[in-house]
Amino acid sequence: MSLLEVKNLHVEIDGKKILNGLDLTVEKGKVHAIMGPNGSGKSTLAYVLAGKDDYDVTEGEILFNGENVLEMEPDERAAKGIFLAFQYPIEIPGVATMTFLRTALNAQRKARGEAELSTPDFIKRVRESAAKLEINPDMLKRAVNVGFSGGEKKRAEILQMAMLEPRLAVLDETDSGLDIDALKVVADGVNRLRSPERGFVVITHYQRLLDYIVPDVVHVLSRGRIVKTGGKELALELEASGYAQYAGEAA
Amino acid sequence: MNAEIRQIKTAAEQGLADAFSSVKAKLPGAAAVAAMREKAFATFEARGLPHRRVEEWKYTDLRALMRDAKPLAQPPDAKARAQARQAGNLAGDMDRRRLVFVDGVFVPQLSDLAELEQGLSIRPMAEALAQGDPLVSAHLGKVIETDDVAVALNTAFMGDGAVIRIAAGIVVEHPLHLVFVTTGDRPVSMFARSLVVAERGSRAMLVESYEGPTGVDYQVNSALELVVGDEAHVDHVKLIGEGGDALHISSLMAAVGARARFNDFTFTAGGAAVRNQIFLRLDGEETLARISGASLLKGRQHADTTLVADHAVGRCQSRELFKSVLDGESRGVFQGKIIVRPDAQKTDAKMMTNALLLSETAEADAKPELEIFADDVVCGHGATAGALNEDLLFYLRARGIPPKEAESLLIQAFVGDAVEGIEHAGLREVLMENVAAWLAARG
Repeated sequence: MSLLEVKNLHVEIDGKKILNGLDLTVEKGKVHAIMGPNGSGKSTLAYVLAGKDDYDVTEGEILFNGENVLEMEPDERAAKGIFLAFQYPIEIPGVATMTFLRTALNAQRKARGEAELSTPDFIKRVRESAAKLEINPDMLKRAVNVGFSGGEKKRAEILQMAMLEPRLAVLDETDSGLDIDALKVVADGVNRLRSPERGFVVITHYQRLLDYIVPDVVHVLSRGRIVKTGGKELALELEASGYAQYAGEAA
Repeated sequence: MNAEIRQIKTAAEQGLADAFSSVKAKLPGAAAVAAMREKAFATFEARGLPHRRVEEWKYTDLRALMRDAKPLAQPPDAKARAQARQAGNLAGDMDRRRLVFVDGVFVPQLSDLAELEQGLSIRPMAEALAQGDPLVSAHLGKVIETDDVAVALNTAFMGDGAVIRIAAGIVVEHPLHLVFVTTGDRPVSMFARSLVVAERGSRAMLVESYEGPTGVDYQVNSALELVVGDEAHVDHVKLIGEGGDALHISSLMAAVGARARFNDFTFTAGGAAVRNQIFLRLDGEETLARISGASLLKGRQHADTTLVADHAVGRCQSRELFKSVLDGESRGVFQGKIIVRPDAQKTDAKMMTNALLLSETAEADAKPELEIFADDVVCGHGATAGALNEDLLFYLRARGIPPKEAESLLIQAFVGDAVEGIEHAGLREVLMENVAAWLAARG
């Protein structure tokens, strides 16, 4: 059984069609990159996988380990193992980062029928993960994402991913707003989580991120459909030739 | 000349008039106090209970809310005292000096009066009125002059309360906790009046808490007059945890001197209808006053905070922040007025009220007002009302947090923003525990 199967997905927002029959299959242990120009539907795909309810799915299905994802609430999807690293992580004033992480982790464990993590174990895990991502312990004392720089927010997303250990991680333009050093730290964080049991969907506009997170499969998304699929060399090709050649194909 | 149109008295107004004529001779105080009561009662007689056409009471129609006047509470018997033994838990189990008032009467046996600090004096208001206490003669009814009808009724009927003096330079180590408990299964009314004078350079924290049985529509009208001397630092926290059918009106009248600090916080979670009035005047320069509060309401609860912050002199800062969380068909009201007098140059005043509506049927009313008569000031106000932010909720849910828990986290953060203004860490924690308990009860 595939980890993720998206079949003929049609999605609208406020009556405007964004995805037009998108198909995507992700196997365990694989990293899929989805590249495409602005407005091609990349972020929509990410949000629909995570369950944001602004989007209307008019046709098609999404199966995660064979289960119908479209019938699940966002928190149920998360507990099943779907994780979205947001392009624009949201600031939550007044909610301490540690409280947030612990609440999320324990809510997921509870939903899966697992015991809650003890406080010392939890703190130990956060500290270890944070250190690897070069996250200053002071950041953990602050409210979620409040006062974080763009790079700190992205690292905080990867920290959440490391703590929550999802089965499928969807990274929505995780490279945007990062300088090269921060990009390497984030990419290392992602690479450490690669495992035969875990799949990744890495959404990006630029090939640069894929130098550090080397994909197994590269898809080109244009006008709401996958228009080309290839190996990692496809990303390099796109970098050289641009997206213009794909602009007309889905029309 | 036109015939004077006199409103026919409501049942409650008639009840108050009857009560006053029958009890006034028995209320504590000599001739001067009796005259003060008469004058205050005449204010009430002339105006009647405030209703929606009285601007200051626009959103809280007391004439409609108060259907009748409950009989004055009787001094507590042994059973009432026993019921009150556990009272005051709203403030948790922090170290404090408790002054317990059961059905409006001070109960020394339940209070902590031993080993008063040098310079701290505490006596019951009834005794102070009866004996013509000089502190009472000097300040009672004079801290802030107001013709507010609720305050007038309090003055007319005032029974017991605390009279506290903190001498110059004295630091009172533990909070002074005025615990007001209403007991019994018959509705009564209670008029408590307290006076606190914190002299120059003193430091103290005052806590007032109110509680009583649910299922009994008792009435509480409490007033506190507070003098904060120059360079004094006073924190005042009021916890309104009345029973679910109670009518609660409380008024704070505070005058603050120069280079002083005054922090005020009101937490409202109980009562069917609550009116929290704050009359603040800054009388000395370079003072910082922080007036804030949070209300958590559900069902058909109604809570009104009405604040007048009067910058009588310049170079003071005031910060007002009020948060309300409104569920069910509840209604949260905030009326805040900042007055900057002509000579109060360099005033820095900011007022904000935020309402979080958790249901389609809850209502928030906000009426911020600035009356600025000086030209070199920084003043601002803001008011917001809205539902929980969907993007924040989605972010939390995308991390696996179920909807109710996600809402609770955001509501705690919303309220916490105001609670942070309380300097006492233990009390901050207790309040946040109260918030968590309220959220848990919401289901």
